Amino acid sequence: MHGKGLRPLALLTALTLTAAYVLVFFWTPNDADQGFVQKIFYLHVPMAITALCGFVAGGIAGAMYLRTRSSAWDLRAYVAIHLSQILAVGVLITGSIWAKASWGHWWLWDEPMLVSFLIVFLLYATYQVLRFSIEDRERQARYASVFAVVAGAFVPINFAMVRMAQSYVHPRTLGTTTGGMPGEMMLTFVIALAGMALLFVTLWKYEMASKSAVAQVRALRLRLLGDDDPLPRRSAAPSL
Amino acid sequence: MPALPLDEAGKYVAAAYLVFLALLLIYVSIMAGRLGRVERELSELTADVEARDRAREPEHVS
Repeated sequence: MHGKGLRPLALLTALTLTAAYVLVFFWTPNDADQGFVQKIFYLHVPMAITALCGFVAGGIAGAMYLRTRSSAWDLRAYVAIHLSQILAVGVLITGSIWAKASWGHWWLWDEPMLVSFLIVFLLYATYQVLRFSIEDRERQARYASVFAVVAGAFVPINFAMVRMAQSYVHPRTLGTTTGGMPGEMMLTFVIALAGMALLFVTLWKYEMASKSAVAQVRALRLRLLGDDDPLPRRSAAPSL
Repeated sequence: MPALPLDEAGKYVAAAYLVFLALLLIYVSIMAGRLGRVERELSELTADVEARDRAREPEHVS
């Protein structure tokens, strides 16, 4: 079911991301202040926004699980959070590279945006551990959903608090009082953001399809082999 | 800090984009491995079903 429409979606994602990065390197002008290094912005910021939205989406799916008790929602939350964690690793590494190039340091502990993102990442790093520590599948899904809802609510609050903080060492390129980015840069950024969001949705569907296939094979094996089938080993991943 | 010259900035930009590409490739290869495992399990199940059908055939004949 989740594999339906995956091929056109993957093609659209590849086209959008290719178009975005062709625009980044061959059309968008270099930043007047940072120069060529600012090209990292078109990768780092869309990845960060998509990762944070993915965490919030995981929270919404978690809330839906608590409402319906359908294991499909638990799986949706798990896959969204898992993908967001991978993107968050990318955000931390690319952000660190950008920081070294423009500030001369790999990491600044007094910069709220960096530290708050690290806190969010570390918070979600406990998600898999929490799941793995609970053997009973129903209890695992319930506790993980509560975690996803609470952590998902923390993400936008955390982001808003950082935006309201006084220190603005981190470049604020979107919605600044001085007018923000020029047109070419904004257009390229929007396409890169759309590409990253499409990539997230494509990989989400891909992983959902894969997990559904595993569950179907397991159900078939159980029907065919009955009690001879060995019990599935303990896992952090939900079972359908 | 003043903007880095292109030859120096290029290294950082390339590194950032390569990190993204590497993450994507690692993810896709792990998923491909899992898909391979599902395919193997499906083949095993198909073989089990065929063996079961073959074992039942003489009963239908008699």
